[in-house]
Amino acid sequence: MSADMLDGLSLAGLWALLIEPFLEFGFMRRALAGCLALSVSAAPMGVFLMLRRMSMTGDAMAHAILPGAAIGYLFAGLSLGAMTIGGIVAGLVVAVASGLVARGTVLREDASMAAFYLISLALGVLIVSTRGNNVDLLHVLFGTVLSLDDPALWLLVGIAGFTLLGLAVLYRPLVLECLDPAFLRSVSRWSPVSHYGFLALLVINLVAGFHALGTLMSVGLMVLPAAGARFWTRAIGPMLALASGFALLACTVGLLVSYHADWPTSPVIVMVLGLLYLGSLLVGRQGLLGRLWRSPVHLKA
Amino acid sequence: MQPVFKSLRLAAVSLVTAAGLCAPAGAAEPALRVVASFSILGDLVRQVGGERVAVEVLVGPGSDAHVYSPKPAQAKQVGQAQLVFSNGMGFDGWMARLLKSAGFKGRHVVASAGIQPLKGAADEHGHGHAHAAADPHVWQDVARVQAYVKNIAQGLCAADAAGCDSYRSNAAAYGQQLDALDQEIRRAWSAIPAQQRLVISSHDAFGYYASAYGVRFLAPQGVSTDSEASAQGVARLVRQIRQEKASALFVESIADPRLIEQIARETGLKASSEGLYSDSLAPQGEAASYLGMMRYNTRVLIAAIQRR
Repeated sequence: MSADMLDGLSLAGLWALLIEPFLEFGFMRRALAGCLALSVSAAPMGVFLMLRRMSMTGDAMAHAILPGAAIGYLFAGLSLGAMTIGGIVAGLVVAVASGLVARGTVLREDASMAAFYLISLALGVLIVSTRGNNVDLLHVLFGTVLSLDDPALWLLVGIAGFTLLGLAVLYRPLVLECLDPAFLRSVSRWSPVSHYGFLALLVINLVAGFHALGTLMSVGLMVLPAAGARFWTRAIGPMLALASGFALLACTVGLLVSYHADWPTSPVIVMVLGLLYLGSLLVGRQGLLGRLWRSPVHLKA
Repeated sequence: MQPVFKSLRLAAVSLVTAAGLCAPAGAAEPALRVVASFSILGDLVRQVGGERVAVEVLVGPGSDAHVYSPKPAQAKQVGQAQLVFSNGMGFDGWMARLLKSAGFKGRHVVASAGIQPLKGAADEHGHGHAHAAADPHVWQDVARVQAYVKNIAQGLCAADAAGCDSYRSNAAAYGQQLDALDQEIRRAWSAIPAQQRLVISSHDAFGYYASAYGVRFLAPQGVSTDSEASAQGVARLVRQIRQEKASALFVESIADPRLIEQIARETGLKASSEGLYSDSLAPQGEAASYLGMMRYNTRVLIAAIQRR
């Protein structure tokens, strides 16, 4: 490492440090392309999750997807299609069922979602345990960003495109609901459409993240960049852009750190995201230190 | 079927002995009760001993002799045996302690006695160990197993003089089979050009095979553990395959088939899905005997190289 650092002072060293890994190895380029697609879609999803106070919902949904993907794996092996469909079906079932219960009964959204995702998780573990072969499954549940093949990359790109399209369509009701859900519910029939549409987008993004980073880490690419971006701006547009930028930066840095320091890739990416978040928390314009130097300006104005 | 039968018989024997009866179950009463430390040695002793000898194996097929710890029932078997075979060269170093604690009174034969050992794999990685330990996996060279067979026959003769003629003729017959196998393996490899005989394998047990049959084995770099892969680990393996122009890849430490596909895309070299048997026989099938195991390994290695 230290030799690498010293080399980094020269231009050639910088080249070797930052560019050469991607030139030499196809799997590094593929990983970067997959991260780019994920950053464009998952990070904006995270912003809306955060503004709707649903960040923990993202985590619950990630667990809800896991058994679906596991069932798909048991029936078709490491098939991209089967695991994608299984994950999406399981995620959608949990989302719709918990939404229906929350809107039709006394139970609130958080409790009903927790109930359904736990049922889904238990079902998945049950099926996996009785069918055996859970060694391979562990590799499925952890990250595989280093082994993205062409179909997986196209899937990530397709999901990213679809997500951007969906967010563009749902943008106005989503923003309105973030600010004042009661108002939207009173003036528009769009409220359930935007709610379920958003949950559907969440599910496909979690499935995409699962293919790249594994179920355990995929939520990180949503929640952490959004939370970090929130410390820099209040406007939604810049926040979406900044969150995507954070995600892409963290993926690139994480890949390079994993390459140079010989650390496992997906936890490193999420740790870099975490550092960006902590940094933003400290020095962001609305962060802890930011507030200290900003408050006198406010007094003057 | 045979392993099932064997374990049934073993269960029967231990039941009978537990009941305090001394006569072993089974129709023909064996003249010698023998314990061998691991499955490959057990097969060799059976071949030489024939029907006169009842062989029990401590580390069964598919188990790892390096991390073996004896069970109480096995200590009892050892205590009642007249003859114990171990491999030696540190492979089954737990044997000496087991013999002492089991109160073993019989004869202990080290099957690899008199064989000039190769150095262990440790010094190939350039760690600079001054004294690399002897590589104990001698049986990977079929020609050297002739010495095993001689040692086994001598040991059996010393313990059971009445059966000595039968042991000698068994050993001679088996020795001819070993010769034939040795020739067969050499013939199989002669079809492969020397520069193509480069295999990357996570086993470190093929030193004797390598020196006997002119095959180079390299340890895979980067992906030694089964934890989540790092980008550097994958990069090092890819670079190693490219630079060394390896012809076959056996990496059981990579369990994720998608990662194997990715490496294959990058290098044009796909990891073999069949494993190699290094220091234990298979519970059943072709590799359940020593001769079969060597045949199987050779075929899998050559098939992986020719698949390129």
